[in-house]
Amino acid sequence: MTPVLDVKNLSTHFMTRRGVLKAVDDVSFTVGQREIVGLVGESGSGKSITGFSILGLVDPPGRVVSGQILFNGEDLLKMPPTAMRTIRGKRIAMIFQDPMMTLNPVLSVGTQMVETVLAHDKVSRAEARQRSRDALGLVGIPSPEERLDSYPHQFSGGMRQRVAIAIALLHRPDLIIADEPTTALDVTIQSQILFEIKRLAGEFGMALIWISHDLGVVAALADRIMVMYAGKIVEAGQVDGVLTEPRHPYTSGLLSAVPAAVPRGEPLRPIPGFAPSPLSRPSGCAFRDRCARATEICATEPMLEIAADREFRCFHPHLGRAA
Amino acid sequence: MTVFVIRRFLQSIAVLCVTAIIVFIGIYAIGDPAEMLIAPDASQAERAQVVASLGLDKPLWEQFFTFAWNALHGDLGRSFVFNRPSISLIFERLPATLELTLVGLFIAIIIGIPLGLLSGLKPNTATDEVIMTGSIFGFSLPSFWQGMMLIMIFSVWLGWLPSTGRGQMGEFLGIHSSLFTLDGLKHLILPAINLSLFKLSLVIRLTRTGVRETLPLDFVKFARAKGLSENRIVFVHVFKNILIPLITVIGLELGSMLAFAVVTETIFAWPGIGKLLIDSIMRLDRPVVVAYLLVIVSLFIFINFVVDVLYSLVDPRVRLGDAS
Repeated sequence: MTPVLDVKNLSTHFMTRRGVLKAVDDVSFTVGQREIVGLVGESGSGKSITGFSILGLVDPPGRVVSGQILFNGEDLLKMPPTAMRTIRGKRIAMIFQDPMMTLNPVLSVGTQMVETVLAHDKVSRAEARQRSRDALGLVGIPSPEERLDSYPHQFSGGMRQRVAIAIALLHRPDLIIADEPTTALDVTIQSQILFEIKRLAGEFGMALIWISHDLGVVAALADRIMVMYAGKIVEAGQVDGVLTEPRHPYTSGLLSAVPAAVPRGEPLRPIPGFAPSPLSRPSGCAFRDRCARATEICATEPMLEIAADREFRCFHPHLGRAA
Repeated sequence: MTVFVIRRFLQSIAVLCVTAIIVFIGIYAIGDPAEMLIAPDASQAERAQVVASLGLDKPLWEQFFTFAWNALHGDLGRSFVFNRPSISLIFERLPATLELTLVGLFIAIIIGIPLGLLSGLKPNTATDEVIMTGSIFGFSLPSFWQGMMLIMIFSVWLGWLPSTGRGQMGEFLGIHSSLFTLDGLKHLILPAINLSLFKLSLVIRLTRTGVRETLPLDFVKFARAKGLSENRIVFVHVFKNILIPLITVIGLELGSMLAFAVVTETIFAWPGIGKLLIDSIMRLDRPVVVAYLLVIVSLFIFINFVVDVLYSLVDPRVRLGDAS
């Protein structure tokens, strides 16, 4: 089966006054049909920029400098802007982090949904409204007909995120990129939204890239997980494998810092130090300053090791059961 | 909404009362209008008779209450100088000023918003620099100097446009205005531009700032992610958001344009209300000054009311019932 998305050697750099900021640095991955992929990393690791790069929504001074983004075999980076616009929202949709900010405060929910339908399909306004109403119903918003005329401030955060999901679903896209869509919500609402998205993705056969810093969320949701650090994917594999037997010291460090993953009574072990500034990353492995296993060889760039169903970039991987 | 209107109405009455008192006392403190009105060679008896006929011999509080009582009955007093009801003097002149102001505001909006959008969407380009530099001139060059330069260039050197007066007026639907004749329009162009230049710069800058602030917001990015066209994003998503500050400022500025069109009216000998006010202050013609200010304050109040209503139309988060 050909993958929905095949990203090859993607690099997105920000040309700032203080130098070139390599937000995404030679990232390659694929997303299969109907696959849910979790993209995990700390703030500033480049996970959101990866998502925006796929949609061609990186704001200046940022720019995709090299690589290929094959979407159903077509390179999105070579596509003219008008063609790209017909992909956005139609074939690839995105859900943003903060539901308080993603809806336009001065337009009714109905307007914001109907315009999305009309941007891609030549249908009557009445039909567009009909489809919007159905989409609202689908994500579990009560009395969708009346809610179409409401404005975003009349919805709670969780409800707004449901509206954003409904907008993403309007065209039944092949791929949804969800950029930390539950981070800004209460825990109870989080699990509802998670459940809802997983159900809908399965129902409509959509692939999903779930960007998050929360390993617990990704463990509950994803088939595969990719761990990003300092603009690179440092480890990728099936969720079960990566979370139980991490190879990369950064992944195991992340796991030891998650309260739920550590047995009761044992202390949490936070990763020492801070993620390096994107402007002054160490040469070689960017994690080596914080890594207990680092040796001299880590000053050179580790190559991607591909072993069975796992890939990682490390000279000194954990080989047995760790963490 | 009803509560809002009633509350606003009561507030307005209070403002009008306070304005009337302050102006009344202020003009009284400046000087005695009798000195200005009565010929120096008038006899003592003539003098006393004039003073009594104008009611100036009574104490201030009594004069004020006479005025207030009459005002409640719709009579704002007679001009000392013209011996005509001051309100009719004002309403004779008000249309000319309104015409000038509204045309000036129209120019500021029609030119200012597109230029502001242009420079906000293409920041730090040559276009943006030119527009911004132009708006600095509009802001910082004094209005009277701009007016004189306009006259020098377009009337004296080029001879295209007349420099003084209101020109011929036409009638349309019972409204008399210089807008309806070519001659009237020619007379209107220069003063209207003079009055609008400052506001134009203001509108350009407000629009530009609004665009710069709105574009990086998440909902704009989300609109792009939905696949909307750039036109729809700019003219619906961004524009509707920047309308909110624009309406506020334009509303306030309309009031101040009306009240302070004096400079422009003086330069272009425009027979508007500003000139009447200056003349009346010089002659201590208290009824005209008081009536003028009450009319202007009422206009301000009315404009603010319209702005509040527009607000609730543009911004769904504003509900008039909650506003205070």
